[in-house]
Formats: sequence, C-alpha cells, structure tokens
Amino acid sequence: MAVPPEAAGRAAEPHGSVASALKPHLKRDHVVIRFAGDSGDGMQLTGMQFTAESALAGNDIATLPDFPAEIRAPQGTLAGVSGFQLNFSSSEIFTAGDEPNVLVAMNPAALQANIEDVPPNAVIIVDREAFTDSNVKRAGYKSNPLTDHSLDKFQVIEVDVTKLTSLAVHGMGLNNRAVFRCRNMFVLGMLSWLYQRPIESTLTYLESRFKKTPEVLEANVKVLKAGFNYGETTEMFASSYEVPAARIAPGLYRNITGNSATALGFVAAAVKAGRPLFLGSYPITPASDILHELSGFKNFPVYTFQAEDEIAGVCAAIGAAFGGAIGITTTSGPGMNLKAEAVGLAVKVELPLVITDIQRAGPSTGMPTKPEQADLLQSMYGRHGESPIPIIAASTPADCFDCAYEAVRIAVKYMTPVILLTDGQLANGAEPWLLPDSDKLSEIKVEFATNPEGFLPYNREPETLSRPWAVPGTKGLEHRVGGLSSENLTGNVSYSPANNELMVRTRARKIAGITREIPPTQVFGDAEGDLVVLGWGSTYGPIREAVKHVRAKGKKVSHVHLRYLNPLPRDLEETLKRFKQVMIPEMNMGQLLKMIRADYLIDAFGFNKIQGRPFKVSEIENRINRALEG
Amino acid sequence: MATVLNRKDFVSDQEVRWCPGCGDYAILAAVQKTMPEFGIAPENTVFISGIGCSSRFPYYMNTYGFHTIHGRAPAFATGLKVSRPDLDVWVVTGDGDGLSIGGNHLIHVLRRNVDLKILLFNNKIYGLTKGQYSPTSEVGKVTKSTPAGSVDFPFNPITVALGTHATFVARTIDVEQKHLGEMLKRAHAHRGASFMEILQNCNIFNDGAFNDVSDKALKADHQLVLEHGKPLIFGKNRDMGIRMNGMRPEAVHLGDGVTEKDLVVHDETNLSLAFMLGNFEPPLPTPVGVFYAVARPTYDGAVNQQLNDAKTKQGAGDLKTLLGKGDTWTVS
Repeated sequence: MAVPPEAAGRAAEPHGSVASALKPHLKRDHVVIRFAGDSGDGMQLTGMQFTAESALAGNDIATLPDFPAEIRAPQGTLAGVSGFQLNFSSSEIFTAGDEPNVLVAMNPAALQANIEDVPPNAVIIVDREAFTDSNVKRAGYKSNPLTDHSLDKFQVIEVDVTKLTSLAVHGMGLNNRAVFRCRNMFVLGMLSWLYQRPIESTLTYLESRFKKTPEVLEANVKVLKAGFNYGETTEMFASSYEVPAARIAPGLYRNITGNSATALGFVAAAVKAGRPLFLGSYPITPASDILHELSGFKNFPVYTFQAEDEIAGVCAAIGAAFGGAIGITTTSGPGMNLKAEAVGLAVKVELPLVITDIQRAGPSTGMPTKPEQADLLQSMYGRHGESPIPIIAASTPADCFDCAYEAVRIAVKYMTPVILLTDGQLANGAEPWLLPDSDKLSEIKVEFATNPEGFLPYNREPETLSRPWAVPGTKGLEHRVGGLSSENLTGNVSYSPANNELMVRTRARKIAGITREIPPTQVFGDAEGDLVVLGWGSTYGPIREAVKHVRAKGKKVSHVHLRYLNPLPRDLEETLKRFKQVMIPEMNMGQLLKMIRADYLIDAFGFNKIQGRPFKVSEIENRINRALEG
Repeated sequence: MATVLNRKDFVSDQEVRWCPGCGDYAILAAVQKTMPEFGIAPENTVFISGIGCSSRFPYYMNTYGFHTIHGRAPAFATGLKVSRPDLDVWVVTGDGDGLSIGGNHLIHVLRRNVDLKILLFNNKIYGLTKGQYSPTSEVGKVTKSTPAGSVDFPFNPITVALGTHATFVARTIDVEQKHLGEMLKRAHAHRGASFMEILQNCNIFNDGAFNDVSDKALKADHQLVLEHGKPLIFGKNRDMGIRMNGMRPEAVHLGDGVTEKDLVVHDETNLSLAFMLGNFEPPLPTPVGVFYAVARPTYDGAVNQQLNDAKTKQGAGDLKTLLGKGDTWTVS
C-alpha cells in the first residue's frame, strides 16, 4: 500500500542524508503539485501557504490557481471543484508546469475534474472517506475509482484525512463543520513533511488569521502538526523529498501575486510622483483584489473609491486626475466596454489616467475566473473616434509591478490615458519577486503649470507634445476642458474642420512618439534564425520554456516578448524580419497577429488557444516543431 | 481675502450660445451675480457638467471647468472633491442628463452626501437633441419621439432626491432671480450634497411648461413658497393655506373659522413632510424653496478623515517598508 512517489520530479537521485531521524529523503529537481477540492475546502489557501513555504525554502516557484466563478457550488459537484497548481524547483522555471506530478484530490469530484491532466505513474493522494457512494455518484463515476482499478496506472495514496483531522482535535469540543474545515491543514502538514517544507510561515499566518478566535487557531495548528507528524511516522510514505534551493539572482525576495504587484506598482509610482493615488473602481473578477489591497494603503495617501458602477469608477479617477492626483481604474473585459466613453474623454482632454484590464475569458460574462488575452484589439480600437492610447502588458506576476509603474510614468509624462493589460492567470498566480530598490526606480516628474503668463491649456511641450497639467486652485490658470472639439492652444470650443484634423493628428503623433523611449527589443536566442516566437502577456512562461527546449535540441528558434503594444518598439519590424518564420501564440483568435501583419506586412502565423487555460509548454513546443518541419 | 470679488470675476470670455430667450441665461446671470458673495476665488471654484444644453454652463464661468460626458458629471465631481476637498465644486445637469442617462450617478452622489452643489435644470424636454420627451415630461406629452403622446410615467426630481435621503433638497425657478439667488446661497452654505431643481423654460421645444408658477399673473395662486418655521400660506392675497385633513393635505381659504394656527408649519428637518410637499400636484400649489435640509457627515470628509487617521496611526506611508512587507528571504 505504501507507495513511494517516485514520479515526482525528473532527476530522481537517492540522497545519503536524512531529513529526519526516521526516514531517508530523496532529491528532486522540481515538483508540480495540484491541490483540488470543493471550493469550500480551502484549496487556494493550502496552495498559497505551500507556495509561501516553498519560496522560503529558496525554490523558484510558479503557481496557477484555477477556481470556479461560483463561490460555493453544491458540495461534491464538478462545478464546485477548485484547484491550485504549484511548480517548485531548484532551477529557474517559467510556468506552473504542464501536468502535475502529484494530485491531491479531496473528493471524487476533484479527482474526476483533474484526472485527465495527470500523467501515468504520478502520485494521487485522496481522502478515502470522501469517496462515499453518494459522492462517487455525484461526481459522475459509475463505480468507486479507488476500488475499480481504473486508477491502476497511478500511484494512489489513500489517507483518512477527515478521520485523522477529527482525531487531532478530539476533546476540543468543535462541531463537525469546524472540524471539517481544518482538513486542508492536515493535507498541508502532510505535504510539508513529504517535501521537507518549513511550516513556520504557515504557523505565523494562522496566528494572524485567527487572532480573534483562539480555539480555531489551536485546532488549525494541531491539525497542521498532526499532518506533518503523520507523514513522518506512518508507513504511508517511505521517504521524504527535497527540492533544493534554486540558483537565482541574489537579493531580498518575497512571494507576490500579479494583483498585489500591480497595486504596489501604482503606489510606488504615486509616491515617486509625489501625488496622491486615486483608484476609482467597481468590484469585478479577477480585478477586485487590487481594490482590496489598495484600500489598506490609506496613509500614503491612497484614495479608493468603490463606485456605483464601472463608468463612475473611471469618471471619478479622471475627476481626481483633473485635480492633480494619479488617477487609476481597475477592471476586466466587460468593465472595459463600459468605461470606453470616459476613456475617450480622457484622450480628448489629455489627462493622465491608467486603466488596468485584468483580462478574463469572454465574450460577455464568459468564464470570469479564467484567463484570456482577447482584449488587445479592444484596447487598441475599442473607442469611438480616433483615440490612440499607449498599451503596456505584463508578462509575469512580478512584472506587473514594473508595468504598473511604467504605465503611470508614461501617463503623467505624456498627459494621456494608458491601458495596462494583465490577465486572470497573472493576477492570481505567484512567483518570487526580487524586491526593487525604491531609490532606484525611474523618475516620475510631475510639474504643474503655475505661471499665468502666456498660459494656454493646449500649448504643448515640444518634445513629448504633452500639454500642461494645470490644476484647480492655481490662480490665473482658470480654464475649461471638455469633450467638444477644441481649438489648438486655447482649448476653446471649435468646429473648425482644419483645426479638428490638426488636433486628431497631433494626439496621434504624441502617442506614436512614445516609441522613442521604448528600449531596444531583446531577443532570447540568436538575433536571426528559422523561427521567432513573438508573444505578449502571460504567454511569456510557456513560450520561454518551449523555446529553451527546442534550442537545447539545436533548433534555430528565438523568443521576443513585448511589453509595449502601442506604440510598438521601433526596431520590432527589422527584428522579426531577420527570421524565416514568425509565430505568434495568443490566448485569443489572433489579435497581435493582426496588428503585426497589418503594420509590417509580415506573413506571421498564429497559434491560438481560447480555453481559459494557459498554453502548455508542450503545446507550443509541438507547434514550433511542426512549423520547422514545414 | 484681500480683494473683493465681483460678478465680472466669474464671467468667461466665451460667447454664450444658448437660444435667445432660453431660461439658462437667467440662471447663468444669477449664479454669476451670487458667486462673489461666497468669497471664494474663481481659481478655487470648479464647474462640472455632463451633456445637454445646461451642460454648456462651465464654458461661461471664469472658473475651472470640465464639460464631461452624458450623465456622468456627479462621478467626475466625486473624484475631484474627494481628492481635493479644498475646492468648491458645482455640478450642472439637466432632466435628461441627471435623471435619465445619469440617474444612477445622481442617486448615488446624493446618498453618499458628497459635498457638491448640484443644479438640475428641469425643462421637461430634450433640447440639445431637438425636442424628444424627457424623464420629467408628463404622460401624454406629444413630442418628436412621441407623436401619439408619451406613455412614460415621469420622475419627480424632488422626491427622487428625497428618496436617496439627500441632505439638502430645494426647488426654484429660472425667472425668480431673487429666490434663485437665495436658494444658491442656501445650497452653498450647506455642507454635503445640495440638490437644487431649477424649473427652466425651453422656449423652443417646451415653451411655457412652468407658466402656472412663473407667469406673473398666475404664479401667486400656484406657487407655495416654503419657509422654515412658517405656516404654508400662498395666494395673491395670502389668503390660502395648507391644512391636514387626517393624513391628507388640502388647500383651504383663511377665514370662516380657519386661521393660521390650523395650517401646516414648514419644518425643513422633517423628511415625511418634505415628501408630502414634494408630491404636491394641482390643484395643490407647487412648492418652491427648501424642502429638506439636515446635517450629516459628508462622504469626502469621512474619506479624508480615514486617510488622516491612518497617517496618524501608522505614520506617513513608506515605500521601502511597503515593498518589503510579509515573508521575505535573502538569496546570497
């Protein structure tokens, strides 16, 4: 019965030392674990805590939370299954892993929903007691998978999680429901032992989380430790495993999700600009965490305004920008549509603003908790009239910090709204973040107009073409701005045909001119070759990993990843033209593809996935190979 | 303040382009005339509007101004006022802008009690788009879009505002310059969202919509001027009043045993009374004046209080500390 999880990791090598006095432990290069259970089983929390423990253990990590939109779907149903995948490694990694080495399934539905991703010989840990006849039936199984041999190709470890949890807190007088809610801590404790994770950070977390309910804290701690000790003392596991610390750049690290990084990037930018931050937002998945996070930073000062709707959110941010604050709004695809008219006004009156779109699978409500990249063309063109806007896209969770910061810098420097694109995968995914030196962040200079002498609201700075930021309260600069077409320099309402064209062209030139600031395109791999994979956003991880794999096999393939999508880098066209083929993987129907083909007349081809799931490395690798075979 | 302000300090150099005879001219004149009395410099004053005839208003004021998008002025103004509580922020809107496309923002800005002065010009018609019925047009109204008469039941701006528990609700009339000026002063003196419905004549598309209360010959019998603490009396000869008959208000003649003591005394702090007055319709007179005015903490005040409290408690935000919070580890 006690099966060692040999499948975990590639470079299985016995190790002489022992993790504990009782059992040997073996080294692994990397392990991919997927936690799956009911949405109420605490799998996200378990995953996040295991991630924190792994980060503190010095591993490189990448995570992929995958949860349903329903908060509490009926228990035991496929619709209610919530998953969290974590890849932790002793070397640099770029994705949460194509397939899990270990699946933890808290009930039959969790097993059913995930089994097709699990490769043969992988380890499956289940709570045996959850496999009751009714649960098995509710998950769509005809017979119990634990007994019908359908899992024979896997290494199944059956643990009586529920019973052991209840024994651990015996005598504390907790009701069944409270006991049941501690089950995830047993699993976390058990896996922490199995992979030799330090549990101190989880203990600290529990202490702060349950500060006000000491009995719940005590129960969780008892169960966590019981799980840890269970791993060590029972015969269920013959050995434990070690994934040594990764060799990554030296410095101070913390674990961060994309939404947290985005929030911090905005605060950092506002601090550097010396202006208050004002977020106008309306709750929407998967963007709401930015609102939550920023609402805790009031002392910076950060204003957070939970508006009555998406439109009011962006309008309030523009109103704040008119008054001299760093105005931002956060949303997802449906909210982008609603904000479009107001964003058009910000383009017209030329006020700084950052609109963050945490993209999710559409159209319409679509799959709110799943990622997609299908808002690029909306960001480019989804407004009435000629209204160009700079677009920046983050490629990893930590990169969200830099991109949020850069979005504010450009918005303020060029007096323009800027769209920042991330997605649900980046938003909730986590990775280790090398803390930036706040003194070394690039300058964000805000200079309000103050001199009434010759002041004109649309008198532009010659290099950037940006107009002065003249805020209310400044004597002698009283002026009116608005959506009506306005006269060059004075901003007075004007219906002059030639003036209108001048203003439209000038705004377009201003945005196009930002390209002079975009750093030269970095090519991963050789500067020329048979194929270049061009990507943007969260496809960075699987593309980079796939390109590394094919390059290791001697293929002449390179990777270019874009942060600036509008305007595009000046050298992008010539960079791409040094390759025989240009392949553009996107989680949409080919939106960057259209832009590249239209702008450069390059016969690039797309590789598209619209499943609300990130690309697997193997999918991109196979597509590259197919293209190379011609 | 050292210099005394006058009307001209608030008049911009832009040519006013409303139709000749439009009620908006009178409102603009009253605002420009009254503003100097507040003693607030033009640079500290901001007018924010949406879309519609009324929303051209900011262009004609020599203050900061923002002509925004249809219906959303309250949201822009909220963002500005919350982050710049030092400014005197006015919102100019109309019956279409404020009650149709922007109805949502209007009710929310009122319930939040953001310290804004909101002027809603009600002409019961869409003027800028050339004559469609509006959310305040009466049932049966024949317009370009309702040739067979409107079947939409209208909003009553006063009871909509009262329904949000707005803290200041008043009504005045474009041609009543003195009353309009008084109401502007009351609205400005109020801390919180001040909502003012201004009955405004559109002489092109809905001429005479408020004749009964604005026409010199008719108004005395149809206008009920509300004054706090005073009995509800109206009529050319001040011989009519409002009395309660059980739970229902009725208009009565003074005399024949009916005295002032029998009449309802106006109380601006009584929300139920305000609702009752707001619902007056013929044959009862149209009330003008302050329906309701109570003190309640403002949204912008409370938000800034929380920010100040956070700063007092935690100190000014420090970026280095913020970035390094939570579990960190060093890779050497």
